[in-house]
Amino acid sequence: MTPDQARDIIIDALHQVAPEIDIDMVKGDAEFRDSVELDSLDFLNFVELVSKRSGVRIDEDDYPELATVDSCVDFLAGKA
Amino acid sequence: MTTAVKGEQISYREAVREAIRDAMRRDDRVFLMGEDVGRYGGCFAVSLGLLEEFGPDRIRDTPLSESAFVGAGIGAALAGMRPIVEIMTVNFSLLALDQILNNAATILHMSGGQFNVPLVIRMTTGAGRQLAAQHSHSLEGWYAHIPGLRILAPATLEDARGMLWPALEDPDPVLIFEHGSLYNLSGELDSTGPVDIDHAAVRRPGRDVTLLAYGGMLHKTLAAAEQLSEAGVEAEVIDLRTLRPLDDETITGSVRRTHRAVVVDEAWRSGGISAEVSARITEQAFYDLDAPVERVCGAEVPTPYAKHLEEAALPQPADIVAAACRAVDSDA
Amino acid sequence: MPEFTMPSLGADMDEGKVQEWLVKPGDQVHRGDIVAVVETAKAAIEVECFANGVIETLLAEPGQVVPVGGPLAVIAPVGAFVESPPEVTHLPESPAASRAAEPSPPGAAVVMAPPPPAPLPRVSSPLVRHLAEEMGVDLASVRGTGRAKAITRADVEEAARRGTRPRVSPLARRLAAELGVDLRDVAGTGAHGTIRAEDVRHTVQATAAPGAAVRPEPAASPRAVPSAEPTEPSAAVPSESAAPPTAARGERATDRQAAMRRAIGRLMARSKREIPHYYLSTTIDMAPAMTWLHALNRQLPVSGRLVPAALLLKATALAARDVPELNGFWVDDGFVPGPAVHLGIAISLRGGGLVTPALHDAADLELSELMARMRDLVGRARAGRLRGSELTDATITVTNLGDQGIESVTGVIFPPQVALVGFGKVVERPWAVGGLLGVRPVVTVTVSADHRATDGYTGGRFLDMISRLLQEPEDL
Repeated sequence: MTPDQARDIIIDALHQVAPEIDIDMVKGDAEFRDSVELDSLDFLNFVELVSKRSGVRIDEDDYPELATVDSCVDFLAGKA
Repeated sequence: MTTAVKGEQISYREAVREAIRDAMRRDDRVFLMGEDVGRYGGCFAVSLGLLEEFGPDRIRDTPLSESAFVGAGIGAALAGMRPIVEIMTVNFSLLALDQILNNAATILHMSGGQFNVPLVIRMTTGAGRQLAAQHSHSLEGWYAHIPGLRILAPATLEDARGMLWPALEDPDPVLIFEHGSLYNLSGELDSTGPVDIDHAAVRRPGRDVTLLAYGGMLHKTLAAAEQLSEAGVEAEVIDLRTLRPLDDETITGSVRRTHRAVVVDEAWRSGGISAEVSARITEQAFYDLDAPVERVCGAEVPTPYAKHLEEAALPQPADIVAAACRAVDSDA
Repeated sequence: MPEFTMPSLGADMDEGKVQEWLVKPGDQVHRGDIVAVVETAKAAIEVECFANGVIETLLAEPGQVVPVGGPLAVIAPVGAFVESPPEVTHLPESPAASRAAEPSPPGAAVVMAPPPPAPLPRVSSPLVRHLAEEMGVDLASVRGTGRAKAITRADVEEAARRGTRPRVSPLARRLAAELGVDLRDVAGTGAHGTIRAEDVRHTVQATAAPGAAVRPEPAASPRAVPSAEPTEPSAAVPSESAAPPTAARGERATDRQAAMRRAIGRLMARSKREIPHYYLSTTIDMAPAMTWLHALNRQLPVSGRLVPAALLLKATALAARDVPELNGFWVDDGFVPGPAVHLGIAISLRGGGLVTPALHDAADLELSELMARMRDLVGRARAGRLRGSELTDATITVTNLGDQGIESVTGVIFPPQVALVGFGKVVERPWAVGGLLGVRPVVTVTVSADHRATDGYTGGRFLDMISRLLQEPEDL
């Protein structure tokens, strides 16, 4: 998976979980929890969407690597 | 002559006598007058011995003319004395009703606040002693109708002993109704001091139903509460004590807690003080009522002479228990 | 004829706007069916029907603002509904229609001018109709016991004896209004079937069904002191017609947020004004729970995974069941236990505000089910599609600010509930176990409780129970 494909998946999932946010305003290196105000349930929804669309298995142990848009892209691109 | 002290065995009759004696000693403006109060010692022996102690100027026998001697009492009060006028029974007080209503209760108002009438009238009320219709009625509710009067109904030894002095201190006329069946009530006096004449008293706390009574009915009501308690119904018993002005706060406060009320009154139901109490409860605590206000009153007949008929005409503990059970809807 | 009225969807609701009808006249409805969407200051709520029957008339148009208790629709009981022939409504010229102007005896009018069209109650004989007329009994309020539910002579006589107005003590009537109990659901046990306060309390305890259960006291209760709850001249929710057609969405959202703020403000102020809160808190070792959860989640697909909050909620629900003194309502100077543990969950809405829908029967749910229901509830809360019963049934509320990194929260009780439980973030801290210091995940739990209903000892028992339950997560 190219970084661009990964980014699309992530942006899409974020948009779905928190439809009211302006994705363009989310900085690549800002933590979701602060920039998008995701709580643990939102995050679970996000992980579920990303996992389904990318086909990548995501364990709880991987969560720390999914803190920002950029780190998500790196994680996905590295896995598939 | 000794003055009764706290803790001593004393009758209601003696308690009233002690109250008079105490007032006479405290204030030389106080004097007692009425039919047979002097040489005979009072029709109910309340003033026995007082003539000997205080002399004929202060313990005055009067002619059989209620209108005259109540009028004289009003005049004495207007002149600055502190008369205690005894009327034999409430039935005979009707002969003085003109003086009581048209003069005693009214002069302060009609004089534009210039003349108070610091008069105390004591009288016997109530039935239960086979004295027949002309000596047995409970007409205190009529007097409680009249603005300008304060109406007291001592039901306990402490109230019999303690209500007179504050009544004499009241600048306006006070009527004290002593239930005839209470004179022989005896026990230890908890206190010999003056009592509060503004408030009703909770004689027994309870949570399920409020029983409101005064005077002679208080003890029957307490007996009924005892029976109810054995059946698991905890009744609160309120002694109204002051029939005018009524202590709305204590009455409705209790009903707000128990949500049920039974008014007990030896007098007739129609237009009686029980009607007034019931109406006030409905006015002030309607949304706290879980049952209609019950009343237990005397039968609407002239009080019979025959013992069994008299008993049947008067509220008895069983009637009070039955009414309380209707209110709480239990079969106790 | 049962009228379907605007339900109170929270202690802070005075009125609601009908957003959408999900049924139309003639539709069969059952108790619990969602029949309409109502917009309140807080959210759009799916409103459930409280009775079985057939929708006869819709009395409120979409967009109309209706006060709590105001009529929304007429529901004909099943069986009583007679399909009125459509031409009836087109007969204003008929001679019968002129009779409608004068008060016609109930049930006697063959054709009533609409609205509302009165279906003809079925009677066993015309004589019954005459009898009802003579006795002044409204046949529409009589339940038929004859063949095909026809009203018999005995039914009319019985109705006349009882009077069409049920015998209810003033206290019971007030209590029912405060508790949101429909007096028609209450069986009177007093003399002559009089409904007394005790009967109302009984009904509250016995009824666990959604919608019929305890509803918080409406702000507009007859006892409310007018000056204490000033009605704002600007309606909390602007009605469709009042709002200029060009009103931007953003503006309306702002209004709505302001209204919600006011609603929350009133409720919280009432809580702090009326409820003597006491607060207890303890820190719980979460190592067993987190280890167990981690192991479990490793085996599960993302969609089946649990979050720690699910364990905290389940433990709270079980503890509330074991300490029922904290699970219920303070009403009329007395505690009324909740019919079950309906866990209110404080959910913050994006863009501000808060709703606390109930997770019904939380103590009885398997963890996976609880997790699924929680996700569903949060999703619908944020989408503004909560159901009426979810907004009103909560018996105890949980607030969890852990996701924001907050370590402890001491909350404000939602009246008329008597307790609120707050969880902070699960954090790693030095922790002494068995005489050794280690790093363990811990969480701080706080209970705010109504001192009128319980004392600190009860609250302590409750927290201790939560703590112990979390030490054995596999049993949750």
